[in-house]
Amino acid sequence: MHTRLRPTLAVWKFASCDGCQLSLLDCEDELLALAGAVDIAYFAEASSTLRPGPYDLSLVEGSITTAHDAERIRAVRAASRHLVTIGACATAGGIQALRNFADVTDYVAAVYATPAYISTLATSTPIAAHVKVDFALHGCPIDKAQLLEVISALLAGRKPEIPHESVCTACKRRGTSCVMVAHGTPCLGPVTEAGCGAICPAYGRGCYGCFGPSEAANTAALAATWTVLGADRRSIHRAFRSFNAAAEPFREESDAHGDQDHPG
Amino acid sequence: MGAPTLPGAPVLLDPAGLDALIAALAARGFSVIGPTLREGAIVYDRISGIGALPAGWTDRQEAGRYRLERRADAALFGYAVGPQSWKRFLHPPEERLWRARRTEDGFTIETEPPPVERFAFLGMRACELHAVAIQDRVFLGGTHQDPGYAARRAGAFLVAVNCGTAGGTCFCVSMGTGPRAESGFDLALTELIGPDRHEFLTVAGSAEGAALLATLPSRPAGAEAEAAAASVMARTEAGMGRTLERAGLKEALQASPEHPHWDDVAARCLACANCTMVCPTCFCTSVSDHTDLAGTEAARVKRWDSCFTAEFSFIHGGPVRPHRSARYRQWLTHKLAHWVDQFGSSGCVGCGRCITWCPVGIDITAEAAAIRAAPDAKPEQEGHGNP
Ligand code: SF4
Ligand code: SF4
Ligand code: SF4
Repeated sequence: MHTRLRPTLAVWKFASCDGCQLSLLDCEDELLALAGAVDIAYFAEASSTLRPGPYDLSLVEGSITTAHDAERIRAVRAASRHLVTIGACATAGGIQALRNFADVTDYVAAVYATPAYISTLATSTPIAAHVKVDFALHGCPIDKAQLLEVISALLAGRKPEIPHESVCTACKRRGTSCVMVAHGTPCLGPVTEAGCGAICPAYGRGCYGCFGPSEAANTAALAATWTVLGADRRSIHRAFRSFNAAAEPFREESDAHGDQDHPG
Repeated sequence: MGAPTLPGAPVLLDPAGLDALIAALAARGFSVIGPTLREGAIVYDRISGIGALPAGWTDRQEAGRYRLERRADAALFGYAVGPQSWKRFLHPPEERLWRARRTEDGFTIETEPPPVERFAFLGMRACELHAVAIQDRVFLGGTHQDPGYAARRAGAFLVAVNCGTAGGTCFCVSMGTGPRAESGFDLALTELIGPDRHEFLTVAGSAEGAALLATLPSRPAGAEAEAAAASVMARTEAGMGRTLERAGLKEALQASPEHPHWDDVAARCLACANCTMVCPTCFCTSVSDHTDLAGTEAARVKRWDSCFTAEFSFIHGGPVRPHRSARYRQWLTHKLAHWVDQFGSSGCVGCGRCITWCPVGIDITAEAAAIRAAPDAKPEQEGHGNP
């Protein structure tokens, strides 16, 4: 019977909510197969046994928001053969990248009782702004089927099958009636990368853009149609300024609909 | 019940007779698919009787806009077409082609068993029959046939309905594909509805259709009913929401690869691919291979793809069509021009879906007309093929 080496897997957390790591634990049916196929060497959320590197595959969750983390990600990269970012924080900076549009000291003063204890960077940046990333998984949170696809592909030595098409393609394949056209509900699906399976439109909601900008996203044309549907400047601004606020086409579109006096 | 009706001799079914048709199809082992209300639209889904049909509803369609509205009567087929086409059933969005399993000394390939489900489609419009005929040429016409499509198509029973209402984005008259179903069906109905009447003028288009019709409670249709059906057709024909002038269109499109209008569309187009997904003739798929975690099983899967994605035209080094303008041009020129060279007919049947279901309301009839009105043939671009 065929045998192959069990590559070592490490899971790292930076500034994030842990939701993407949970997607890995949420693999229920596939978890045993996963544990059989890879040697989980470092996964603090799942096991207190933490083995030293090097690692064949590092899954990185979270963005870089402190000087300490900016150093730590370099060490993770140096110890990893393949580095895959998982989720909107690691791939685009996450919701915490809203600080990029404001003065972080204002946030710190508003949130913490003793701001002096807080040492943080002025921006939240994606992992790729610091080290080379071999593959990026989008989503807030990621889709577990996509995660398993990337790991399976790596094990087989093939290219992961993760298309960069729009959410609309998935929406139509599953047979959902378009909420923009049939209900007049603004939806980010046409400019958002597929991967979630078009869950929100299937429940009558517009897409929130969790997977970030799709390839060839024409955000300006979509925003113009949102306006026709009755969305005001502020709601367009806010729609593009969420989990993927710092991803370029979304950043640009939120800026284009920003308040002139308070661009944040 | 009378003697077997010859194809061509029309009879009248009342709503109970239509219900009996659905029951008879189910009794013969067909999965009956028909129009029904879901998520604010009329979609095609499994039905078990006339109770599932969208009685008294119609659809108001414009570029990028679709709304259900109440009709003044209780017509069962008083709408145009919805977001889905029958493509969804004959050419499903995703299909596994084969699986492979690792063995002690190599691997085995398991081909997919042929599809066994037999569909009866109730409510096919004339444009949709033409769309099926076009996909027949694509999937069955050449040297290599699509076995899944062939099996599903061979088993299907087609019940057409002549359109009693033209949609706001319909242009079948321009394309010569409707509104009357001329051929390619097993049975065809025309709904006749008025203050004191609700019945369906029914003709058989095949021996199988005639045999089934003969088992249903019906009465012969007189000249009056035939005249009433003809006036329904005339009204629908006069009510087309759109027109497309086809004279010289193919030549104009093929002579205009660098037309500035492609950039004009690209400024509005989202490259979202909705137009190709809803189009009843768009047939493109991509094929991908998957392996499992244990490395013991693999599968090859075929999925609807679209010329609006970058991956679709990706070859070594990058996509052939990186820009939205090139993707829209590929789609429109294939549909209305190169399709003729490739398959012998237009690739568009004038159903209007791509216009209605484009989130930003890009209108194929308007874009084609803009190019046709001012083709900018550049000599060095002549002979431009299908890129
Ligand atoms: S509901 Fe949203 S994702 Fe679905 S087709 Fe419409 S615009 Fe696209
Ligand atoms: S191109 Fe548009 S109008 Fe023509 S058949 Fe396709 S969806 Fe219908
Ligand atoms: S024409 Fe409309 S539906 Fe088609 S890709 Fe462009 S925006 Fe999407």
